[in-house]
Amino acid sequence: MTTLKTKQALPADGQPASASANGATRARHTPLVPSAGARRLWLTLLGWGIALIIFFPILWMVLTGFKTEAEAIADPSLIFSPTLESYIAVQARADYFKFAMNSVVVAFGSTLLALAIAIPSAYAMAFLPTKRTKGTLLWMLSTKMLPPVGVLVPIYLLFRDFGLLDTRTGLIIVYTLMNLPIVVWMLYTFFKDLPRDILEAGRMDGASTFQEVIYLLLPLTLPGIASTGLLSVILSWNEAFWSLNLTSSSAAPLTAYIASFSSPEGLFWAKLSAASTMAIAPILVFGWLTQKQMVRGLTFGAVK
Amino acid sequence: MKLAYAFPLAGLAAAVATAAHAETITVATVNNNDMVIMQSLTEAFEEAHPGIEVNWVVLEENVLRQRLTTDIATEGGQFDVMTIGTYEAPIWAERGWLAALDDLPEAYREDDLLQPVRDGLSYEGKLYALPFYAESSMLYYRTDLFEEAGFEMPEQPSWEQVREWAAELHDPDNQLAGICLRGKPGWGENMAFVSTLVNTFGGRWFDEEWNPELDSQAWQEAISFYVDLLGNYGPPGASSNGFNENLALFSRGNCAMWVDATSAAGKLYNPAESQVADRLGFAPAPVAETPKGAHWLWSWALAIPATSEKQDAAQTFLTWATSQEYVELVGETEGWTSVPPGTRESTYENENYQREAPFAGFVLDAINSADPTDSTLEPSPYVGVQFVGIPEFQSIGTQVGQTIASALTGDTSVEQALQSAQRATERTMQRAGY
Repeated sequence: MTTLKTKQALPADGQPASASANGATRARHTPLVPSAGARRLWLTLLGWGIALIIFFPILWMVLTGFKTEAEAIADPSLIFSPTLESYIAVQARADYFKFAMNSVVVAFGSTLLALAIAIPSAYAMAFLPTKRTKGTLLWMLSTKMLPPVGVLVPIYLLFRDFGLLDTRTGLIIVYTLMNLPIVVWMLYTFFKDLPRDILEAGRMDGASTFQEVIYLLLPLTLPGIASTGLLSVILSWNEAFWSLNLTSSSAAPLTAYIASFSSPEGLFWAKLSAASTMAIAPILVFGWLTQKQMVRGLTFGAVK
Repeated sequence: MKLAYAFPLAGLAAAVATAAHAETITVATVNNNDMVIMQSLTEAFEEAHPGIEVNWVVLEENVLRQRLTTDIATEGGQFDVMTIGTYEAPIWAERGWLAALDDLPEAYREDDLLQPVRDGLSYEGKLYALPFYAESSMLYYRTDLFEEAGFEMPEQPSWEQVREWAAELHDPDNQLAGICLRGKPGWGENMAFVSTLVNTFGGRWFDEEWNPELDSQAWQEAISFYVDLLGNYGPPGASSNGFNENLALFSRGNCAMWVDATSAAGKLYNPAESQVADRLGFAPAPVAETPKGAHWLWSWALAIPATSEKQDAAQTFLTWATSQEYVELVGETEGWTSVPPGTRESTYENENYQREAPFAGFVLDAINSADPTDSTLEPSPYVGVQFVGIPEFQSIGTQVGQTIASALTGDTSVEQALQSAQRATERTMQRAGY
């Protein structure tokens, strides 16, 4: 119990050990946190360490894409002469741009549709709650708890009957429904943080509900909406279960493209890595460009 | 001026008319080397059959199996040609999911197809899928190591001999394993091999009343032998090695022996992919109590789902991709070691193939001597050498594969593993109503 207290005390006062700690604990902690500067160094190193561990598989994938198949499966090595042969082989077998275009259309299409539905509903739940709002929100989230394969056959049958199999429209519908609970929840929390008085002031000035949303709510919560949208784009981009099961060729996105390079017979790691690198490249660049917006949105309302 | 515009327009209209007339068939297949070659030869097919265009859907084996099952069970009609295996063909045919192939053209020479392969793809005497390539299993070994140690490979090696050789040749300090075998759990991974081992030790999956026999004496002996052999003389981490991993190990010179699919022969003989191409020996799969079921039989085949609306175009594609002409086309463009093996007598009569692929005779013998309808010492009710041809087997095989892998890693004893495998199998069979 004492040790626990000590640990909690550390970040609070920034001092090595609090008075309540016994001698042994103090002796152990003192050299680790000698000064604020050294502590920052440790934290920075730790941060970099964790970031590298998280990033390492992606780095390894990028490197493997530039190896030959034999090198890819040989003992891990950082030294090799890079080759583009896997990229050439991959492009010769499947048209990357066709798959990438499907991914872009489906990811952005479903995100726009989800936002268009979620903004009004989150507005209603945040500013005009009823006694059932909490329950409705929880119920929406509970739909995410069902394993998707459980509804595969009914959805497949519906898609077959409506002619939506292997169409972008079909995927957009499924992704919208898949991401809607999360999008509504995120927007709801962002909207909740907005003082009601601002909207009331607008109403006093004669704004209609529509004007209230367009001229007050949206501009004020834009960072939150942007980060919600980004999350939805990334989730749709990476979704593999529905895209593999509901498409075959004309609407197949990049996840289907990657899946075609894995093989139970023969060597495939370099080609698979090359294909995966090409598949994540657009979303990675997109993520970099919008990083600021994303962080701002996610910490939006964290400190009032 | 007007005329100058009119000509290209007329040309465009004609092109549009042809395109509209052309039928597009969607072919679903796996990403194995032979299929990649088939995909690269699409143009040759489209040139020979101008009315048909081919659309490819290539997926990893397990993903493809799930995808095709969903589509065919719900009559989704997304595919016109499906790549399926010996396991699915009779099961799907029985449910009426596949179109029967009973009016094949004379020129296709159906009688040229190898009998066991053809039988494996038939249901009630009717053919439901055409074999694209077929494989059995055999023993690969390093001739240089055998010569050095003074061992001689007999015409039919036994498992006991294999164990002795493995013990002698095992040299972990020099990264050489005495033997490499499949250890990765899965009905098509370790259980494909383990089933053949159990067969040759005199065991079977089920008795004639469909009672599981996994706790029988023969299973005990076979699995103890397997765990002992691979655990003591196998490569490190053998329980995560499947076909690919072992292929890489053997072709880098890390295995003295390897028992696996005959389809590896072409790759091991290719100096570009293998460092042991000039030191490669092969022998029939080893036997123990009985030669019955000691080597497996598998084929990848092309079938037409009953829901396809383009049956004729699909059949045209099928008969092209599995024809003798196709084999010759691959031989001429990709080299004779790359031709799809194990489907036609004529491939093995071809002089070019015999010259370039010295393993051809072994493969033919192995396939011809595999009998899926009689692969166990005591009679069994099921069809299949390394699998049991019932829908429940995918889950049974994978579950049993996991318990055997845990025996291999030493997490459980062989006895415990087999008892729990027996209980799990009994439960699954009861639920399935046997």
